[in-house]
Amino acid sequence: MGSRPAGGAGLNGSAARAAVEHAHRTEWTRVLAGVASSLGGDLDLAEEATAEAFAAALEHWPTTGVPPNPGGWLVTTARRRAIDRLRRAAIHRRKVAELEAALDTASATADSPIPDERLELIFCCCHPALAVDAQVALTLRCVAGLGVAEIAHAFLVGEQTMAKRLVRAKRKVRDARVPLRVPDRDELPHRLPAVLAVVYLVFNEGYSASADAQLVRPDLCARAVDLGRMLVELLPNEPEVLGLLALLLLHESRRPARTAPDGSLVLLAEQDRTLWDHTLARQAGRLLNAAWRRPGCGRYVIEAAIAAVHASAASYADTDWTHIVRLYDLLWQVSPSPVVALNRAAAIGLGDGPAAGLAALNGLADDLADYQYFHSSRADLLHRLGRTDEARTAYQRALELAGNATERAFLAGRLASL
Amino acid sequence: MARYAVLIYGDENVEQDEATAGQVMAEYNAYGELLTGRGAMSGGEALHPTSTATTVRVAGGKTITIDGPFIESKEALGGFYLIEAENLDAAIELAAACPGAKYGGAVELRPCVDFAAENPWDPAPLVARA
Repeated sequence: MGSRPAGGAGLNGSAARAAVEHAHRTEWTRVLAGVASSLGGDLDLAEEATAEAFAAALEHWPTTGVPPNPGGWLVTTARRRAIDRLRRAAIHRRKVAELEAALDTASATADSPIPDERLELIFCCCHPALAVDAQVALTLRCVAGLGVAEIAHAFLVGEQTMAKRLVRAKRKVRDARVPLRVPDRDELPHRLPAVLAVVYLVFNEGYSASADAQLVRPDLCARAVDLGRMLVELLPNEPEVLGLLALLLLHESRRPARTAPDGSLVLLAEQDRTLWDHTLARQAGRLLNAAWRRPGCGRYVIEAAIAAVHASAASYADTDWTHIVRLYDLLWQVSPSPVVALNRAAAIGLGDGPAAGLAALNGLADDLADYQYFHSSRADLLHRLGRTDEARTAYQRALELAGNATERAFLAGRLASL
Repeated sequence: MARYAVLIYGDENVEQDEATAGQVMAEYNAYGELLTGRGAMSGGEALHPTSTATTVRVAGGKTITIDGPFIESKEALGGFYLIEAENLDAAIELAAACPGAKYGGAVELRPCVDFAAENPWDPAPLVARA
């Protein structure tokens, strides 16, 4: 393989296995990105070659020792494996010769750091020419390294369906030549939102698992946070990248308080704030401070700021609602949507009383007729105004629209308590 | 470099006034010059409307012709370009410059199959790095 043992052959098998496992956790995406880039975007071949390189490491490192630069060794090995596969296919002779010649030069530097091509891979997987479900599947497979079965389970589709979706997406990347490249500075504002949206979608799928009895799937949330951290590492100067990670960490910090021991949903108002993970909230605060000073703050930074105001309040009653309403006004400017207006109205209802909140809700009924949280917010305001019959009707409508069992149980409880 | 078809779809029943039609024609001329200037022009044609189309199929050894397009739809294929582009991003940039993408129409980008290529991958990035 052209690598020199680093620690001599005295290394025992379990230490070498641990090194392979560590490399798999920390280098997998980097290796796949490096191989995919040299194969002109054939993600399928890159994936197989990467898997073979890790298998080879498991086989060789116990006897040869762990190479000084495991990532470089893995990329070189994976590229060799890709060539082997193409050679076996026997129809690529001329190209194989070219690739081999190139590799001979490249392998001389196998011990030096490999260029980091993860960002190219991320922008390829989240290319707007791919459907959003394909972007999500490709990102989880190629960037987060999840297996097909895991992704299928996370999105509640059959394994075959997910496998087909991935195959189709990888074919489009290859045949339509979706490039492995980082968009230019002036393209970035158009391309970055898709990347951030994919990560947020993965998180939300885990945080409020629709149609699943279980409210939160922490594994998916953790993967999204990992992706968020990777993006911050790769694009540390983009405020929205910092804002997204801050937002995810703030949501995560509340997770221990969000479900009761019996699995039922606990609203922000009733959460035991001593259960919140304040270390995560402090990390988010630092990210938010760094983002806030930069030009280009958008929805993620502002949403994180709203979550941070909640995080800094000792109790629900102590929340600075005026500040929150002002942040929603700002959010409306950068990302106007009925859902933003709904949350703003709810904040007004808490700061200025239920009558003011209900007035702010007026005008959203058409846009949000089929949105569960519109009806539950309205029900809450009506209930506080003593308009119990109307509150009951609104809770019933919310119940009809609720997707998962935990949320249905919560709404049924509210209805019963009227 | 790869070849892409830029398929131009639009509502052929929309009547354009003379001034607009003249402007659109001028934009198409400019677009052709842009493609040629970039070395991206590989061919293309404007098509007569679908009312002139004949659909042909052979069944049981017999040729059957039908008056009209293969698929009736509001938006019809009105013409196409064949362009050369390095990758999908470059192709999207060229497609977005096509007048057919404006005025309520849209263009569809389809990569062409390259039967001459020995394989679908391109070692150029690795060669360049080495």
